[in-house]
Amino acid sequence: MALSRDQMAMRVARELQDGYYVNLGIGIPTLVANYVPDGMAVMLQSENGLLGMGAFPTTQAVDADMINAGKQTVTAIDGSSIFSSAESFAMIRGGHVDLTVLGAFEVDVQGNIASWMIPGKLVKGMGGAMDLVAGANNIIVTMTHASKNGESKLLTQCQLPLTGQGCIKQVLTDLAWLTIEDGAFILRERAPGVSVDEIKAKTQGHLIIPEQVSEMTF
Amino acid sequence: MAGFNKLVNSYEAALAGLEDGMTVLAGGFGLCGIPENLIAEIKRKQTKHLTLVSNNCGVDGFGLGMLLENRQVDKMVSSYVGENALFEQQLLSGELEVELTPQGTLAEKMRAGGAGIPAFYTATGVGTPIADGKETRRFNGRGYLLEEAITGDFAIVKGWKADPYGNVIYRHTAQNFNPLVATAGKITVVEVEELVEVGELDPAQIHTPGIYVDRLIVGMFEKRIENRTVTD
Repeated sequence: MALSRDQMAMRVARELQDGYYVNLGIGIPTLVANYVPDGMAVMLQSENGLLGMGAFPTTQAVDADMINAGKQTVTAIDGSSIFSSAESFAMIRGGHVDLTVLGAFEVDVQGNIASWMIPGKLVKGMGGAMDLVAGANNIIVTMTHASKNGESKLLTQCQLPLTGQGCIKQVLTDLAWLTIEDGAFILRERAPGVSVDEIKAKTQGHLIIPEQVSEMTF
Repeated sequence: MAGFNKLVNSYEAALAGLEDGMTVLAGGFGLCGIPENLIAEIKRKQTKHLTLVSNNCGVDGFGLGMLLENRQVDKMVSSYVGENALFEQQLLSGELEVELTPQGTLAEKMRAGGAGIPAFYTATGVGTPIADGKETRRFNGRGYLLEEAITGDFAIVKGWKADPYGNVIYRHTAQNFNPLVATAGKITVVEVEELVEVGELDPAQIHTPGIYVDRLIVGMFEKRIENRTVTD
């Protein structure tokens, strides 16, 4: 079975470490916050200028001046800090964020990522995604392995306009955990019940399959 | 007005001198921390052919979306403009020009503009469509783009509290782009929720020192919420 969105978030959460500052993108990455292991402290960075993002507020506590990068009302945890957009991106661009998790349309064997623009469709903008992928050393991309039509999103070369060049080293899809090294995808783990052959069939870019590929457990 | 007193007593006075074809920098992220009354005054003035620099472009009928609706904008410089249906229509018809700029680059362009730095190198956008036509250079084995600073004829800013000298503090994440915008306008206009006495703000806690502020006005704010998300 392919991983559910929550299982994907759970798998990503296993990469968290105590004391990490983490930026989570919109969608599946946001769910990672629900699976921070007990006893572990991580601080969430929201690029509109909040380090130490908390849960959504109660109706009574809603404050128009307290939002996250998705423009949702949020709270701030004790020990949080709030700052300008320039300061926020100094943290991001300067490589101070320990882990960035974000979605994508395509990634390729060179570590390129396309996530913001589909030619012919309305372009809404890249927001902070280009800064995030350029600035972070440790990025996990979460995405479905193939489109609904079965077309692979793990490619020899991205077809869509790039968000960043050569910056992606780790990808979690609904089928597999992969790393990108020396111009190839390396299959590290497969989703429960998903065969290596299926992953192979749905990976267009060069895929290296080590002798042992463990199955994820949840 | 005398000495360092930046207070003006009407929105008309706050935006006196704003003319057709000017560039206006606006603070805010989504609808959070937008100078909503100053935007409404630009609508009332009917100033046309504006270039707006703002991370987003409001929503239909509120914030900078009102100026789009009123056909006052020729060009937007923004990182994300997805919340606005009218925007799409004007973009597709060619009425509106848009320069999409990565969010961190946009913030830094205004920070640099206000700080007298004409351009800077950043790795953001290397190898992407936004690198087209830009000078690149390698430092320590990595490629960077040369990005130019932004300044505006007017900067419109939303603060929380200010004293008459124009020392401003922002509230929570309504800070966002506001302190950067405040530094980069030839004329910087700040509207705030609350005016306090000179000396009342802790000097070490001031976000925008009064030297950047030309005009100050106290307003009433709707503070519309774009995406109300609650746990109960």
